[in-house]
Amino acid sequence: MLLITCPYCGDSRDESDFTYGGEAHIKRPLDPDALTDQEWADYLFMRTNTKGYFREMWNCSSGCRRWFNAERNTVTNHFRSFYRIGEQPPVPDTEVNNG
Amino acid sequence: MTKYSIFSLLRNAVSYNENWQAAWRSPEPKAEYDVIVVGGGGHGLATAYYLAKEHGITNVAVLEKGWIGGGNTGRNTTIVRSNYLWDEAALLYEKSMKLWEGLSQELNYNVMFSQRGVFNLGHNLQDMRDIHRRVNANRLNGVDGVVMSPDEIKAKVPCIDITSKPRYPVLGASFQPRGGVARHDAVAWGYARGADAAGVDIIQNCEVTGIRREDGAVTGVETSRGFIGAKKVAVVVAGHSGVLAEMAGIRLPLESHPLQAFVSEPLKPMFDTVVMSNAVHGYMSQSDKGELVIGAGIDSYNGYGQRGSFTTIEHTMAALMELFPIVSRVRMLRQWGGIVDTCPDACPIIGKMPVKGLYMNCGWGTGGFKATPGSGWVFAHTVAQDEPHELNAAFSLERFISGALIDEHGAAGVAH
Repeated sequence: MLLITCPYCGDSRDESDFTYGGEAHIKRPLDPDALTDQEWADYLFMRTNTKGYFREMWNCSSGCRRWFNAERNTVTNHFRSFYRIGEQPPVPDTEVNNG
Repeated sequence: MTKYSIFSLLRNAVSYNENWQAAWRSPEPKAEYDVIVVGGGGHGLATAYYLAKEHGITNVAVLEKGWIGGGNTGRNTTIVRSNYLWDEAALLYEKSMKLWEGLSQELNYNVMFSQRGVFNLGHNLQDMRDIHRRVNANRLNGVDGVVMSPDEIKAKVPCIDITSKPRYPVLGASFQPRGGVARHDAVAWGYARGADAAGVDIIQNCEVTGIRREDGAVTGVETSRGFIGAKKVAVVVAGHSGVLAEMAGIRLPLESHPLQAFVSEPLKPMFDTVVMSNAVHGYMSQSDKGELVIGAGIDSYNGYGQRGSFTTIEHTMAALMELFPIVSRVRMLRQWGGIVDTCPDACPIIGKMPVKGLYMNCGWGTGGFKATPGSGWVFAHTVAQDEPHELNAAFSLERFISGALIDEHGAAGVAH
């Protein structure tokens, strides 16, 4: 069971109150018409299937119904941080997988 | 390899079963092989077995980071069926079904394949339309199947509730008589024994930590037991496919999720078939020991820890209680999780990778066990001939670029 903290509501609740949204920080193409098939495949289907700390999206579906991001270790299920959409992750890219 | 028979049983009985030969050797890895198969699960061992048997390639190593049958092969709910909707999938799983039907004899190893039939229930009108369509499609592809009414289901499964009381009442089902269950560990052990007898080296406790490449071609793998060379590396590692692909600089359309299963305390014989429900999301069969073997859907989040959340257990039990009110006081004995690599179209990727000499067989998601023999058979062909067999040509990585997906999600009556 995961205990998740919504950064908008501020309280910690059971995972059944939330909906999973998969990998975070995938950018929607700015100019979709200019994309090749390969680039479309990368955007739509290809995923970073990280073993370790992973940035992912959750929706506070039984609370404020807003999307937010989290960093969770996919092996131990330990959450390192929760942060709002539009905010930068608290741990920089270079250290994302260290510990 | 000593052949198992009634005579070998008798001979070993009189010597107090102390002289059985080990089912496979535990050799030291050689410096180089023709083919390295990464992953000693059912699919990897089947690949090695068919490389030796069908293609005469015996200088093969199977590298397993843990022990044989300790991963998803020993963690599934053992259901075998081939009633998939789309032609590509139906033909691949049916190839597997045909191999299952002769597998115990071929391997001289009892995999306890029991063709007790598989029900896929429908709970609303659209479910029933889909079931009619799928059964018709199956029959056109030579896959057996019939549509059953609630009364016909009740005759086969007396403990099921077909009244209008449940929130999602049973309106009918598809039934595949040739479907059933098999002893999952025995499949891994049987293939391991068969491959070993043909000269394949099975190396356990040997984790691959890197894939060495030169000029865009594979030259071998770094392992916890040193470098092992090979011009062809075949990766069949289920949940860890993403980790291995990253070692070769390849991105895959896969996400790894925990998938849980359960067994109950042993009960007297209750029903002798397999019941699956996509709508309420649960499936159940009864093992020869009398335990109810229960499974459901994946946990929603990505994960590599071989366990899941209680929320999913609760959801599964609620679904089964609706279908089988009789189990309400049955206690669960064990629960476990495996890591499944799910693909956006719920179909596997079996083929060549952008790096020369690298082949991957992954993305089976929640439904890989049933495909073990066929998967190994087509993958061995792909590796040996350096091109896919016609049965797995459509299951390439390129389909995500071309858009030719094989969308079995929701189409196959599967609890994906």
